Amino acid sequence: MKFMDEYRDRADIDRIANELRRRCTRNWTLMEVCGGQTHTIVKYGLDTLLPPGVALVHGPGCPVCVTPVEMIDRALAIASRPGVTFCSFGDMLRVPGSRADLFQARARGADVRFVYSPLDCVKLAQEHPEREVVFFAVGFETTAPANALAIQQAAAAGLQNFSMLVAHVLVPPALEAILQGAHCRVQGFLAAGHVCAVMGYEAYHPIAARYRVPIVVTGFEPLDILQGVLMAVTQLETGRAEVENQYSRSVQEAGNRVAQAMLCEVFEAVPRKWRGLGSIPQSGLALRPEYALFDAERRFHVATLHAEESPLCISGAVLQGHKRPHECPAFGTACTPLHPLGAPMVSSEGACAAYHRYRPQDLPAASATGDSQ
Amino acid sequence: MKQSGYPLDCPLPHPLPPTITMAHGGGGSLTQQLIDGLFARHFANPILAQQHDAAALSLDHGRIAITTDSFVVQPLFFPGGDIGSLAVYGTVNDLLMAGAEPRYLTAGFILEEGLPMETLERIVISMAGAAAASGVTIVAGDTKTVNRGHGDGVFINTTGIGLLQHGRTSLPSRIESGDAIVLSGDLGRHGMAVMAAREQLDFSTPLFSDAASLRAPVEALYAAGLGLHCMRDLTRGGLASALNELSDTTGLGCRIDEAAIGVSAPVRGACELLGLDPLYVANEGRFIAVLPAHEAAQAVAVLQTFECGQHAAVIGHVEPRAEAPVLLRNRIGTTRILDRLTGEQLPRIC
Repeated sequence: MKFMDEYRDRADIDRIANELRRRCTRNWTLMEVCGGQTHTIVKYGLDTLLPPGVALVHGPGCPVCVTPVEMIDRALAIASRPGVTFCSFGDMLRVPGSRADLFQARARGADVRFVYSPLDCVKLAQEHPEREVVFFAVGFETTAPANALAIQQAAAAGLQNFSMLVAHVLVPPALEAILQGAHCRVQGFLAAGHVCAVMGYEAYHPIAARYRVPIVVTGFEPLDILQGVLMAVTQLETGRAEVENQYSRSVQEAGNRVAQAMLCEVFEAVPRKWRGLGSIPQSGLALRPEYALFDAERRFHVATLHAEESPLCISGAVLQGHKRPHECPAFGTACTPLHPLGAPMVSSEGACAAYHRYRPQDLPAASATGDSQ
Repeated sequence: MKQSGYPLDCPLPHPLPPTITMAHGGGGSLTQQLIDGLFARHFANPILAQQHDAAALSLDHGRIAITTDSFVVQPLFFPGGDIGSLAVYGTVNDLLMAGAEPRYLTAGFILEEGLPMETLERIVISMAGAAAASGVTIVAGDTKTVNRGHGDGVFINTTGIGLLQHGRTSLPSRIESGDAIVLSGDLGRHGMAVMAAREQLDFSTPLFSDAASLRAPVEALYAAGLGLHCMRDLTRGGLASALNELSDTTGLGCRIDEAAIGVSAPVRGACELLGLDPLYVANEGRFIAVLPAHEAAQAVAVLQTFECGQHAAVIGHVEPRAEAPVLLRNRIGTTRILDRLTGEQLPRIC
């Protein structure tokens, strides 16, 4: 298939892997930021093609994984109200809150639906004025513009029965939080290509300069990722720390100005709690005051709901790259895709789920015959 | 909307009301009207004409295979099929996978109050056509109605009876280490066609279900004298689930090669867009055959004579269990687990 097979070509992949082995003379630790990249790495076993000196650690770029458990509890509280139709992207429905997930809420009678676009929810609200339609706005800068558009459409239509539970997070503040961590061992980043397609990569220059880390904007196909690693390692070997763009077929330095303008019109940066990382200043998006009417947290009075993560789950350490999923004592035993303790075991982009699904060598023996639960 | 498919000058014996009402399941005259005017009319055969509490059947001496399946699908009509044809093919194919020759079906209908009669008739006509295409006779049936809002239009259960012929035993326990795994065609058409229709996803290339009777290709494999050890159709959960099920039953492992597995460009494109893996997507007209390795090439040649078998291929082999039940060799030459699905496949966020 055009624009896909070219980036999964075995000869090209071997060529880049050989070049990487030739250039790499020391030990380097790189973090791929996005869960989609983690998925590709584990699915294709790309880490097994790297020279022994290059270690990849998996970053926080899985929107499902970093959404804190209390946000899921808020979603559950709203979804369980009579008269509410609660809409979400499919991934979120399986993420456990403190006591249940949205699928279980649906089984108990809540009207929970999964949708493909926030604009579908605006349509739903128009067609069902008797229902309170709520959309769970999860994701990084990638999904925010479409959600901003939904809010603008709802405002233009004067909809009173549409609102959004906003859990958006932003990548650059999370990278800084990781770099400031006491145990940070990340020496270079593969930045998330699709986030940069929207936001561009101007914001990464100061981070690369301040922390002396190469940042390579990288795509999601196997060849993209190996080339991103090659570019980052080449910088490290030659003592450079710059922002480079591997994913130039999709990303321009300035990003998508129209999408950015839409995002800024509707949302503003606020402090946000991340699962496993804690609260990070100006790392989330919330609706601007002029759109407060559409804020589901205010409409349903759930902003005060707080909850703690499972003490067994080390997702914080995994999301910061301190540990790999199989280094967790619960991995494949107490925590499996069927009985997840934390979100990284749920989402298809979660590092724990990717390890459990694709890596036979890392499963504990009891789990090697499939899901042991 | 399509016309019902029979000549307009053919008078209905009992004019049917435009919608299903609760009385159609009450056992009274409206139930009888529905049976006579719709089911008996389209499924007509001497056994059904017995009109008794149970159908009396004659079977050749020997063993029989029996299977049952219930069908719930939205939308009821999708590109390449509908719930009626699906209800016939699904059960017929299960009989074929067990090595049986499909003979008889029963059909149980749960109808939601308010279902347009025209819709039900289209479904029944489609079932009659699928039964004829599969060489089976529908010999018994049942109709119940549920209140509006308590069903999804129509649910259908079919039970199938087939004849097990001497020398045609298809069982997981016959699978041996070293056997080849042959896939009968390309993957993912049914699941993606239904999803695209349900969610009204407009792809530039339309997707059509692969729902079909597997009778002809299976008969052709047996006619070629191949020593089939086991067959399995790739319905819910797709190829990955079928391989995991067989591995779990046998205690053996499967090792397959991604590059050998056919997936059409429209299905691949739709799966890429939604973040779905075609190896887990449902099919309704594809199966795997497990047989001795030296017969695999011949099996592929036989399957490729059918239109649905253009992408038939040897996709892997059975071996002693390694690290996981099913291992897949990627296009780029690395190996990974092909796991069971946890819950349903969900489209990703971004």
